[in-house]
Amino acid sequence: MLTLTHFLTLGGILFSLSMAGIFLNRKNVIILLMCIELMLLAVNMNFVAFSRFMDHLDGQVFVFFILTVAAAEAAIGLAILVVLFRNRETINVAELDDLRG
Amino acid sequence: MDMPLQEIIFYAFSAVMVLAAIMVITVRNPVYAALFLVLTFFTAAAIWMLLEAEFLAIVLVLVYVGAVMVLFLFVVMMLDINLVPLKEGFIRFLPLGVLVALVMAAELLTVLWGRDRFGTGQFPVPEAHPQGYSNTAALGEKLYTDYLLPFEVAGVLLLVAIVAATALTLRRRAGIKTQNPARQVRVRRDERVRLVKMKPRSNADGREA
Repeated sequence: MLTLTHFLTLGGILFSLSMAGIFLNRKNVIILLMCIELMLLAVNMNFVAFSRFMDHLDGQVFVFFILTVAAAEAAIGLAILVVLFRNRETINVAELDDLRG
Repeated sequence: MDMPLQEIIFYAFSAVMVLAAIMVITVRNPVYAALFLVLTFFTAAAIWMLLEAEFLAIVLVLVYVGAVMVLFLFVVMMLDINLVPLKEGFIRFLPLGVLVALVMAAELLTVLWGRDRFGTGQFPVPEAHPQGYSNTAALGEKLYTDYLLPFEVAGVLLLVAIVAATALTLRRRAGIKTQNPARQVRVRRDERVRLVKMKPRSNADGREA
């Protein structure tokens, strides 16, 4: 029998994996963006699972909005990436230090 | 061992999903990473089907696999990236990354599995929806009544994203001749045609005056 714990565990594992991905690929902006997408997917998984097990559709409406925001974020993030590559010829995070942060 | 079909599906897709996620964060080539991310989204959609969120499962495939990941692939393939410096520090940070992931997973799972917080005691397994129940219709009803304003705001947000992405990547190159439709439409007659009064240059009999 599939319980809520099954789905939440899957979401937790996915989130931890994407966290590890951010640590491992800390030079490559594209993979970093992908890891953020993975994190959002893990969170959405929890939302859908709770929506099902509490028999409440609001969770799914939330996932809908998260998908919207994630799509906008991906579009703008990739646009910034393209501009960055056009100006600097690199997407290495270590070399992006113009702001002296 | 007797295992209902749902559990077999869940474990099969979860295994594929976790493996694909591991591949996303470890493969060298960003193109392969994007393709494995597509696989992850597909399996997630299948698991959402299992949770009877059919509309969102389809939206995940259409919007994420169909639009966002294709955008990723386009960008990855368009940029001529030198991969060698990007993988620096992968081995060096591998222990730290694995450690952080393990600690995080351990914390999450401790909360999840401890003292039956999310077990069947608190959240009993719900009955399947009756035949003829439409997840899409129910979600749409909710979206167009209770969440109408957020829905409209989401639309505006997408519009802003379109404009922002276009404005960011728009490039004005010097030395290119283009038409300006606004100026073309705005033009007036006296900017183009000038009537000049001239004296007649010859007499009636054809000789020079």
